[in-house]
Amino acid sequence: MWQLFTQNWQDFLTGFWHTILSSIIALVFSFILGSGFAILETNPNKFWRGVAKVYVEIFRNIPLLVVTMFFYLVLPKVLPAMNGFTAGTIGLTLYTSAFIAETVRSGLQSVGTGQMEGCLANGLSYWQAMKNVILPQALKITIPPLGNQFINLIKNSSVLAFVAGMDLMYQGDVIASNTFQTIPTYIIVGIFYLILTLPLSYYMQYLEKKLA
Amino acid sequence: MKSFFKKVGIILSLLLVAVGLAGCGNKAVNKSNVYQHVKKTNTIIWGVRNDTPLFGLVDPKTGSLQGFEIDLARALTKEILGPSGKYELFQVSAKTKIPVLKNGNIDVLLATCTITPDRAKVVDFSKPYFGAGQSLLVPKTSKLRSIKDLNKPGTKVLAVKGTTAIANIQKVAPKAKLLEYDDYGQCFSALQSGQGVAMSTDNGILAGIAANNPKYHVVGGSFTTEPYGIAVDKGQTQMKNAINKAFAKLKVNGTYDRLLKKWFANVPGFNYKEVEK
Repeated sequence: MWQLFTQNWQDFLTGFWHTILSSIIALVFSFILGSGFAILETNPNKFWRGVAKVYVEIFRNIPLLVVTMFFYLVLPKVLPAMNGFTAGTIGLTLYTSAFIAETVRSGLQSVGTGQMEGCLANGLSYWQAMKNVILPQALKITIPPLGNQFINLIKNSSVLAFVAGMDLMYQGDVIASNTFQTIPTYIIVGIFYLILTLPLSYYMQYLEKKLA
Repeated sequence: MKSFFKKVGIILSLLLVAVGLAGCGNKAVNKSNVYQHVKKTNTIIWGVRNDTPLFGLVDPKTGSLQGFEIDLARALTKEILGPSGKYELFQVSAKTKIPVLKNGNIDVLLATCTITPDRAKVVDFSKPYFGAGQSLLVPKTSKLRSIKDLNKPGTKVLAVKGTTAIANIQKVAPKAKLLEYDDYGQCFSALQSGQGVAMSTDNGILAGIAANNPKYHVVGGSFTTEPYGIAVDKGQTQMKNAINKAFAKLKVNGTYDRLLKKWFANVPGFNYKEVEK
């Protein structure tokens, strides 16, 4: 197995790098998008609530692979083709943002309506209250489930393998089919994923202890 | 922090155990002699393609597999086991075909598998049954005419994981960028949506796709000769000999010729005499 790694380390590292890059981009944007839609979902305005509901229900209930394939194969019929990495990362971002929206919404709703009423009564605007009072508390509550979403996101980034996105899983497939050493290859791929997810998992636990 | 390291330690040791287990338990089904086994059960399990037009494809209307290799598997079974012989079809992809043969999930692999020195190290091949060669599939509007046109930086060529097309392209057109997919369907979809300029694999497979998609055609002739062989696990010489004997019979009694004609005689731009073995 060690020999397999030393012979193909460049491919493994290329894959590892693409997985990290895709995960970081998707993590940042899905967190922003997800929090945004969560705020809209708890908005008093019925129209915005509806918009957020539709978005979340669509992306939460369609498989990630379908969303990705849509960007990779269907959209190029009308727009210039995007490569597998871009299509996969966009798919990953939209898909994860729907789950993050639901997670953050549950956090926002657990803060209690009294606080928002109190803020408004004291002359804060809706957005000031949201930003300074409600959201910080909500995020603190949602740290454990958010951690789960982030770990899922890293694992789901293997969807890039289906659209030639050069990620870890894709490189693993290629190496396994060239060397015929299927089992050792996927064990190495698994170890690489653990290198990413284990520290994240422990960091989330640490944050949870420190903040909650 | 101490408990953190403790936890990491436990996880790492579990991982090592998993690695160790994977090392010993390679054989899913233990068949020390495949020939004896198929004789005893009166059944041969064939690994065949399900995504390859003309060779092995699931017919959406009936849900059954159809193609040249499916017919060939049927005919070979009757030759090896006699008229009462039974066969099972196990669907493999380009990526999984060698691993499932090594695992013992299938007895024989008959799935557009090119005979290569690398593969011959891990499996045993029969005599060739189809003289394939690698070619290119492009849209009819494309200016590409031969493999040499691909040798430019930034040219994206599409291929299927685990096929010999990949190494060949890297050899003949080293500047081209390769994108690899799981099966021929996905690879062709990617070509249709403009992810690359050409799709490359064996001529017979490309001819099958072009026959169903009139906007695409095969160009450049075949730039390699890559005969397909029927594969058995390494060391299954008795089974290999039985296959070779049965195949020789099919050639003599005209079955092989009839099947080849049935599937390839009507494909535009394809001369089935070229691939005859």
